[in-house]
Amino acid sequence: MEEFYFYTKGLTVGYHGVPLIKEVELRLKRGEILTLIGPNGAGKTTILKSMIRQLEPLGGVVYLDGQNVQKISGKDLARKLSVVLTNRVHPEMMTCKDVVATGRYPYTGKFGVLSKEDHRIVDESMRLVHIQELGPRDFSRISDGQKQRVMLARALCQKPELIVLDEPTSFLDIRYKLEFLSILQNLSRTKNLSVLMSLHELDLAGRISDKIACIHGDCVERFGTPEEIFTKGYIPQLYQMTAGSYDELTGNLELPPAEGKPEVFVIGGAGSGTAVYRRLQRSGIPFATGVLWQNDLDYPSAKALAAEVVEEKAFSRIRPEKLQRAKELVDGCREVICTLGEELEGGLGTELKELAEYAGLQGKLKTYV
Amino acid sequence: MRKKSRYIAAFMILMILLGAALAANVCIGSVSVPVSQVWDILMGEQADEVYRNIVMQIRLPRALGGAAMGGALALSGYLLQTFFHNPIASPFTLGISSGAKMVVALAMVAALGSSLQVSSWGLIAAAFAGAMICMGFVILMSRFVEQMSMLIVSGVMIGYICSAVTDFVVTFADDSDIVNLHNWSMGSFSGITWDNVAVIWIVIFTASVCVFLMSKPISAYQMGEAYAKNMGLNIPLFRVLLVLLSSILSACVAAFAGPVSFVGIAVPHLTKRLFGTAKPILMIPACFLGGASFCLGCDLLARSLFAPTELSISTVTAVFGAPVVIVIMLKGKRERTES
Repeated sequence: MEEFYFYTKGLTVGYHGVPLIKEVELRLKRGEILTLIGPNGAGKTTILKSMIRQLEPLGGVVYLDGQNVQKISGKDLARKLSVVLTNRVHPEMMTCKDVVATGRYPYTGKFGVLSKEDHRIVDESMRLVHIQELGPRDFSRISDGQKQRVMLARALCQKPELIVLDEPTSFLDIRYKLEFLSILQNLSRTKNLSVLMSLHELDLAGRISDKIACIHGDCVERFGTPEEIFTKGYIPQLYQMTAGSYDELTGNLELPPAEGKPEVFVIGGAGSGTAVYRRLQRSGIPFATGVLWQNDLDYPSAKALAAEVVEEKAFSRIRPEKLQRAKELVDGCREVICTLGEELEGGLGTELKELAEYAGLQGKLKTYV
Repeated sequence: MRKKSRYIAAFMILMILLGAALAANVCIGSVSVPVSQVWDILMGEQADEVYRNIVMQIRLPRALGGAAMGGALALSGYLLQTFFHNPIASPFTLGISSGAKMVVALAMVAALGSSLQVSSWGLIAAAFAGAMICMGFVILMSRFVEQMSMLIVSGVMIGYICSAVTDFVVTFADDSDIVNLHNWSMGSFSGITWDNVAVIWIVIFTASVCVFLMSKPISAYQMGEAYAKNMGLNIPLFRVLLVLLSSILSACVAAFAGPVSFVGIAVPHLTKRLFGTAKPILMIPACFLGGASFCLGCDLLARSLFAPTELSISTVTAVFGAPVVIVIMLKGKRERTES
């Protein structure tokens, strides 16, 4: 049997005796990253809180390093597990360094005075999260994103074996989202730190996590590797998406297509068409596009946004019937937009060039390169 | 390092203030006693008998008692502000002082009726019971009201109810003791005996040392309950201790001096400004020293401004304390609108 560092057995969680999620079975090894995903209000935070002893579980047991977490003393638990929560903290008149230093609490003596070693660890944690320059600043006067990074440094200087984070990237801009997660990834690789967190960003969850758990309804609907989770059509079902679409492979997220018979035909490909598709969607104009190979960069957004996509199998020549179908669609449209230029001259582009010329003869062709 | 010297300087200032306030309280009054005479009296040397009586029987016990009670009020305020995460929580605004006062008044009147003498310990016990009743009510309220300002409003209302009951009892209490009772119910450090001083110091000193020993958990609690819990703090036990200690401190004051307003808010706030930090390990001794000097200063004004008429101590503390509360509220509002 495999050795798990942090796992639950038949955990049931909820508030005031009312179960919200039942029979949670999550397993995390040392150095692994486990991410909880699921719609708003699904109970991700409730599960996390129950696993870190902030909330009394209604049933089942949580084990950390072979011990029932309910039986570990507060101090021992604090030395193994640290947290970054969504609770806003309002410490009074504390510098960022003071806030980070509170992470040393389980290690300091009766009066909480920091030793030289404690100071060194505080500085090291701040360097790791790149917030040295925030050190002397008043914690209440920095931005939410900066606060989040200070709280990560605080959690790290607690020297945990497991870190639990509730939606840690919510307030961060794109640079810090990546930086924040790459810090976690590094620590999990080099220091064998285990990470349990909830994320809203599915694309990031799919990239950083060793394991993903999907919370839906009253249970953990799926638990496994990202490849096992992100199967075709699962995410819209998990989030009960009613508008737009999500491509599991690329993480491409699109608004719903314009309704109706195509009015415009787009000849695109190699990533040149997507911007046009989105512009047409914004103006509410239904369109068709083709001929696109199934491995084309524009293919996911075309499938999400176009009324019809004339498509061809990857790496094959365009067959005459596909070209014929594209011409029929051109006949029905009032305008044809071609975003291709030199690409038409390549060996496989012959049919697309013919299609553009066909549209040109009808006086409908507009070229965007 | 710069911080460290600031802390040392701040402590020096507080010590000097306290020393000066003590000296002034002993020397100044309707009869001024020269400092040299006071020194002789304290050293047990030959001195004027009138002076000796004034210093030893009236002014010194009053000053020592007042200092301890001022410190207790400031510390109690600091604990309540930590507990409720609210900068204007204090024994006075939460109605705890008034609750203590009410039960003490009832006990005194009952004792007068049966012509018994209530001992110092009895007074404290009565005040503690009253404080706990109000504290319990406020904690109960805090579960229902989300907004901290509402908590303060309900605390103030409880305070008014308790004061009304006290006034009622005092008004209808008979005979000559009514004058004493009336003075006390308005808030005053007068009439403190050596017997009182001993009890006051034993209780307040013990409680304050306990508070100081809790400075590490208090620092964790300042980060909010969730994080404190993760740091290994036993929250329920901690909360109970905090409530007990702050109630004992404010009850002790209410028992001997009646209601004293605003010290609990103003002093912790000013001390934090002076030190530029809210670290409990510094704030606990600093609040005590600050509260002691603040109350001695106010008491001096209360009894000397319109001598021989004595003002109630709350009249003076309010003049200095209330503006601080207004500043805190304005600042809080500005910070909320900023974020």
